[in-house]
Amino acid sequence: MLARRIIPCLDCDLQVPGGRVVKGIEFKQIRYAGVPWELAAKYYEDGADEIVFLDITASHERRETMTSVIKKTSESAFVPLAVGGGIKSVEEARVVFNAGADKITVNTSALKRPELISEISDKYGNQAVVLAIDAKRRYELEEGREVVETPEGPCWFECSFYGGREFTGIDAIAWARKAVTLGAGEILLTSMDRDGTYDGFDIPLTGAVAKRVRIPVIASGGCASPEHMLEVFQKTDASAALAASIFHFGEWNIRNVKTYLKERGVNVRI
Amino acid sequence: MIAIVDYGMGNLFSIYNALDRVGAGPRIVRDPEALSGADAIVVPGVGAFGSCMDQLRRFEASLRQALDEGVPMLGICVGMQVLFEESEESPGVKGLGWIAGNVVRLPEGVMIPQMGWNSLTIKRHVEMLDGISDGDMFYFVHSYYGQPIDQSVIAATTEHGIEVTAAVAKDNLFATQFHPEKSGAKGLKILENFVRSTRC
Repeated sequence: MLARRIIPCLDCDLQVPGGRVVKGIEFKQIRYAGVPWELAAKYYEDGADEIVFLDITASHERRETMTSVIKKTSESAFVPLAVGGGIKSVEEARVVFNAGADKITVNTSALKRPELISEISDKYGNQAVVLAIDAKRRYELEEGREVVETPEGPCWFECSFYGGREFTGIDAIAWARKAVTLGAGEILLTSMDRDGTYDGFDIPLTGAVAKRVRIPVIASGGCASPEHMLEVFQKTDASAALAASIFHFGEWNIRNVKTYLKERGVNVRI
Repeated sequence: MIAIVDYGMGNLFSIYNALDRVGAGPRIVRDPEALSGADAIVVPGVGAFGSCMDQLRRFEASLRQALDEGVPMLGICVGMQVLFEESEESPGVKGLGWIAGNVVRLPEGVMIPQMGWNSLTIKRHVEMLDGISDGDMFYFVHSYYGQPIDQSVIAATTEHGIEVTAAVAKDNLFATQFHPEKSGAKGLKILENFVRSTRC
């Protein structure tokens, strides 16, 4: 049986030479967490099942920095590596794959041009395309929306793009379903309501998407403790839980989070 | 020298780095003739069975010769599947046929591709699995798997809805459906065993 995965996420600011890992709290209070490949190597040693790099830089000169970050990481971290941030074409994806990435994460560019998902998956396989969705709860119900019951009342979820700065009007659950038919192999599902709050994963959101698509769903946003990971694995079919701050700044490391989960009956790789 | 066969299917960065980490001094080989001096050969594989075989065909004779000479050979993922006779993924395309049997699709009702960490059940202890125990987890990404006619070649299996062949061993040939180069310390251990088995 497949193990539930624990995935540290490294948000990289590549405007500084060599890049650095940062973590923002609701887009404010950006904190410096470390050098990307050094953190990746540490997380690998701690038992990370996969590593995700997201390039949060807006500049154009970042590509070379990202390439060198991926290369350095793949020299010392022998687990799958997913990379995303601003990849708009198969050609851009190719550069990232050739640097050592196993998977590409797409978000804004796929919302603007959904065929991008098919283009990358046709060439590199479904398993190589991760669709990232940033979803925000909307309690004003509209015709045709996929409605999910939550303790706060029924809502639908709207996709955001440009790193949460703009909204699309697109139903996140419908988009997840469509992405599967286009060839996405995995969904990285971030709750914008929970991201940076430390309140735990959005369970109704994660549960709804994981139930409605037949590809792995990575829960993201709001994780501050092993209890949150336990909750998402007990209450939903999420294949993986992604977290950043808890590993960058918290008192928990990946090894003891996994031990905690295993002791409570979650199938994880120790 | 450990040769990694580069037949144009995907990047070989990961396997190169992993072999390098276990002290192998790997070399990426794009020319079939260059396989003649190899102490061991790694056949990676990504993509579809048919396109892999198309590209691998020109290496077939050199690989067969090395195998007959007793050179240790490691197939990974589709690099394992091509050892079989044919695959449901690409009907009509002949595989290398060094292991009798076919490659079939994972059953309906399970997540396809199987993607993630799954545990091994060791069926037969072979040198390549030294230091690996039942239950150790490895990283799998695949939609098809090999079904050998002679079950005794199966070294390990995993469970994904059904029992799935995870590793086969036959003389100097060893192959894994999972990716040892992406499977953390246990994966590196298998690569280390492979390097140790070379004649140098």
